[in-house]
Amino acid sequence: MSETWIILGATSSMAKAFARAVSEQGHGVLLAGRDMDDLKRTAADCVAYGAQTGEAVKFDARKRETFAPIYKKAIREDGMINVAVFVGSMPPQDDIDADPSLIEGTVIDSFSGPATFLQGIAPEMEQRGGGCVVGVGSVAGDRGRIGNYVYGAAKAGFATYLSGLRNRLTRAGGHVVTVKPGFVDTGMTWGIEGMFLVATPEKVAADILKAVRKKKNVIYTPFFWRYIMLIIRSIPEFIFKKMSI
Amino acid sequence: MRWKTADYAGWGRVHTATGELARPERASALDALLSEAPAPAIGMCRSYGDTSLNDGGRVIDMTRMDRILGFDEATGIIEVEGGCQIGELARIFAPRGWLPAVMPGTGFATVGGCIANDVHGKNHHGIGSFGQHVVSLTLLNGTKKQVIGPKRNAGLFKATVGGLGQTGVIATAKLQMIPCKGDVMMVTERRIEGWDDFLEALDNSDATYSVGWIDATAKGDALGRGILEEGETGAGLIPKPKKSRSVPFNAPSFALSKPIVRLFNKMYYGRVPKFGRTSVKPISEFFFPLDAIRNWNRLYGKRGFHQFQCVVPIEQAGALREILEKITHSGMASPLAVVKRMGAGRAGYMSFPMEGYTLAVDFPNRAGAEALIHMLEEMALVADGRLYLAKDSLAKGARIKPMYREHTKYVDEVAKADPDGNFITDIIRRLDLRSTK
Repeated sequence: MSETWIILGATSSMAKAFARAVSEQGHGVLLAGRDMDDLKRTAADCVAYGAQTGEAVKFDARKRETFAPIYKKAIREDGMINVAVFVGSMPPQDDIDADPSLIEGTVIDSFSGPATFLQGIAPEMEQRGGGCVVGVGSVAGDRGRIGNYVYGAAKAGFATYLSGLRNRLTRAGGHVVTVKPGFVDTGMTWGIEGMFLVATPEKVAADILKAVRKKKNVIYTPFFWRYIMLIIRSIPEFIFKKMSI
Repeated sequence: MRWKTADYAGWGRVHTATGELARPERASALDALLSEAPAPAIGMCRSYGDTSLNDGGRVIDMTRMDRILGFDEATGIIEVEGGCQIGELARIFAPRGWLPAVMPGTGFATVGGCIANDVHGKNHHGIGSFGQHVVSLTLLNGTKKQVIGPKRNAGLFKATVGGLGQTGVIATAKLQMIPCKGDVMMVTERRIEGWDDFLEALDNSDATYSVGWIDATAKGDALGRGILEEGETGAGLIPKPKKSRSVPFNAPSFALSKPIVRLFNKMYYGRVPKFGRTSVKPISEFFFPLDAIRNWNRLYGKRGFHQFQCVVPIEQAGALREILEKITHSGMASPLAVVKRMGAGRAGYMSFPMEGYTLAVDFPNRAGAEALIHMLEEMALVADGRLYLAKDSLAKGARIKPMYREHTKYVDEVAKADPDGNFITDIIRRLDLRSTK
């Protein structure tokens, strides 16, 4: 049966690859984000790739009034409603140090905005007796590091929220996948030095779809990041606090 | 937009470049780049030489601008972004009964690249070149955004198709696709015993798709022996293509030494039964046989390789035979040697095709290869033929310009479109293609 995927932050390359992948399976997609021109192009692309429906909708994590029209569109469709969250913002830590008020926006973009959105659609998912939420976090949320601890903290908050949502939706037949990508070859990482083991957005999208199919709870993509982060998490705090990685 | 400093290379890996790359993911970002810092566009860098290189300068990597923007099921017209890959279009649309009208030998080529090189495929004798199926395209140049086509700003269009990116960046294109019966190929392979038989077989073939593989090590009576492949699309069920494999590292130079190439060619020839055979293959296997091995260019080792491809008019078939003789006697050819009958179809001032026969041969980049290829260039020139710029990595402008009769028109259009030389790339500098001198 056909499903609908709401994709938040659909202008990112990871989200585009994911939207294509679910389109090839024939599902409908609602592409949500700010750049409407870009979203419309992606919607056309999704339809060409086989999506039953492809539509661009306005979404701004910082503007709650953009949420309701998306709910309305999704509810119109039959079948399960799924949500994939690819939003987030990562201002350089130096900028945040200079202007601490940037923290608020970072937390809204990466955590409270999407969490509010999900909270609003959860009852509908429960009522339909299933559906899947994919929340894309970051390995940065696994431990606070000097380089990006505000972004990391927001993603950690989001991961904890997803864990709770999983606990809730599972009872209604739904499922939540928490995705923690390592370095991915996107506009965000393009030309930044020190990148290694960089994965393509297509690889990440394929890993996410597999996790959805197998009902995995938390995945790292590519998989080896689980072990990298295991090591990083097991460094005792009294040593970690002196490191800069 | 952030710029990344990187080393990159043409497919033959003889030419390399170091420079800054921007990789826009949205139309707005691409527009901004063109108005702030215009630079030539590159795609998957499948051209063999230096058409996609700008050493010491900047380039715009178009590979993330790869969306399908519209498809009209009634007419088969598709609109795509410039970085969209041909193989992907074939994969998506063949099961629905449509194929890109022209497909080059690699599915990784982008639509922008196919236009800028006016590529041809195994059906050129019947349907012409890629540019002849471009309905219109959007060209970005500074803050200018122009929609051009064969009848809309025709001069600029002819300088853009086959024009090596010198008129601006191809942001989107509308292409006329052709109907196909499905996503499998009925392929007939036949042994051909010698050169004259080969040309005759090509002339007499009425297949939609045809291509000849030549054993470029066979001499004497066997000169020009090989296998003729003819294909038609069809409907049917066959296993999905095998997963692609990759060449993990540079092969040592003996991998393509004389005895090994001779042995390989002998086996490749013998693989097809004496009386030929017809088989059913996935579409990608017929059109893009080498794409199944990612990074196959590493087989030539770290010094890379050259491809020589020329076309000569029909009445100069004898000259092409002499070219092949020269190649077989040199003993330097790799197993990759291809002959094809071409039609007259071409869409740009600098388009490669002409009615006649084309021969393409790969040479590992070794001592002697350069001198041999220069000799072959001269032979092609004398035979009123021309070299394919998408493959060339060694020629000099003085030899190339006389081969392209409409070169002066190209120079005029390009001078108008890009007076500041924002889109100049390495091949333009090497061949001095923007001057008529």
